[in-house]
Amino acid sequence: MIRLALWLTGGALLGGIVHLSTVLMLPTSATQDAYSRLTPLAPVNQVVLLPAPTPEGSVLPFMDPAFATAVCRYDLTGGSLKLTARLSLAYTSVSLYTRNGVAYYAINDRAAGHRTIEFDLMTAEQHSQLPEEEDVTAADRLIVDSPTLTGLIVLRALAPEPGLMPSAVDTLMQARCRRTPP
Amino acid sequence: MRLLLGVLFALIIAASSGLGATWFAVTHAAAFGPIRVGAWTAWPKTGTPDIDPYARATMARNGGLPVASGDGIAFFARVDDAGRRLDGRCEILLEGLTPAARFWTLTLYDPDGRLIVNAADRYAFTSQEITRQADGHFAIAIAPRARAGNWLPTGGVDHIILVLRLYDTPVGAATRIGREASMPSITESGCP
Repeated sequence: MIRLALWLTGGALLGGIVHLSTVLMLPTSATQDAYSRLTPLAPVNQVVLLPAPTPEGSVLPFMDPAFATAVCRYDLTGGSLKLTARLSLAYTSVSLYTRNGVAYYAINDRAAGHRTIEFDLMTAEQHSQLPEEEDVTAADRLIVDSPTLTGLIVLRALAPEPGLMPSAVDTLMQARCRRTPP
Repeated sequence: MRLLLGVLFALIIAASSGLGATWFAVTHAAAFGPIRVGAWTAWPKTGTPDIDPYARATMARNGGLPVASGDGIAFFARVDDAGRRLDGRCEILLEGLTPAARFWTLTLYDPDGRLIVNAADRYAFTSQEITRQADGHFAIAIAPRARAGNWLPTGGVDHIILVLRLYDTPVGAATRIGREASMPSITESGCP
């Protein structure tokens, strides 16, 4: 009896280790995460409009149907990127995610304060290599550091009522995500 | 022989309990630091770099992206205020006020995060579409058959999830819920 209890305890302890390691490994081994789902749709470093979610399916689960959504699947290996997005009439936001879907930065139209949301995206290393005077003179230039080389920029424009969806889509179509000239 | 049997027994226990616990965690949206108001639950840390391993594993499995904390916050409801599972064949009444936010949206999903098919092609309400009473209170009927006023069709699907997303809102990890944020109540009735 005691022997059985010991084996049971040992098994349960090992089970705890199995549980923790699988939870920690899942994000890096998942083949159907958001980035993988978007890879066939979105060429690197380009803004692509995502199809609106329908009951038949959507690119990502739990998409908000009141929003037009566009993504720029970025790769900073070749240098930094500049993102420019015009603001829609209602509400526009730009959220940044790492390769594994961790949200690390978001800005909305109110925080941006101008007619556009505009920032330079680079790795911490590329940021530190910027000429110093450039960093100081451009006081209103927004620089965002990406923790990973690849990731997702998700642009979203709200259509407060269905009739405003074409205008939200139109706003996102004008967004640009391009390599900054070296 | 007894040793071998013992080791085998321990390994089976380890594999089934470990993998079982992982499966349960990723399918039941387990994550740390939830804020709960009535039947609604949000995980404000999920939209930040401080996201916990459980929320990360869940996101990686279902392929979604969390609402980033600078953008907004999402509240999920799978049950009503009395703890009854939300069933699209019943009448569900959503009533009350939402916390301060520039915009909010209320959307109905199936458990896999897909919209629910219905003849009216209505899947969601935004804060600008609903009709309210003079004091700002609103009521939304979530039911299989048409209702007067704000009606969100369920298509008669048995298992539904409600998601209320607040955009450009002060509600977040530091919010003391109850005093600072009031969420609409959810009451289910008339189940077949």
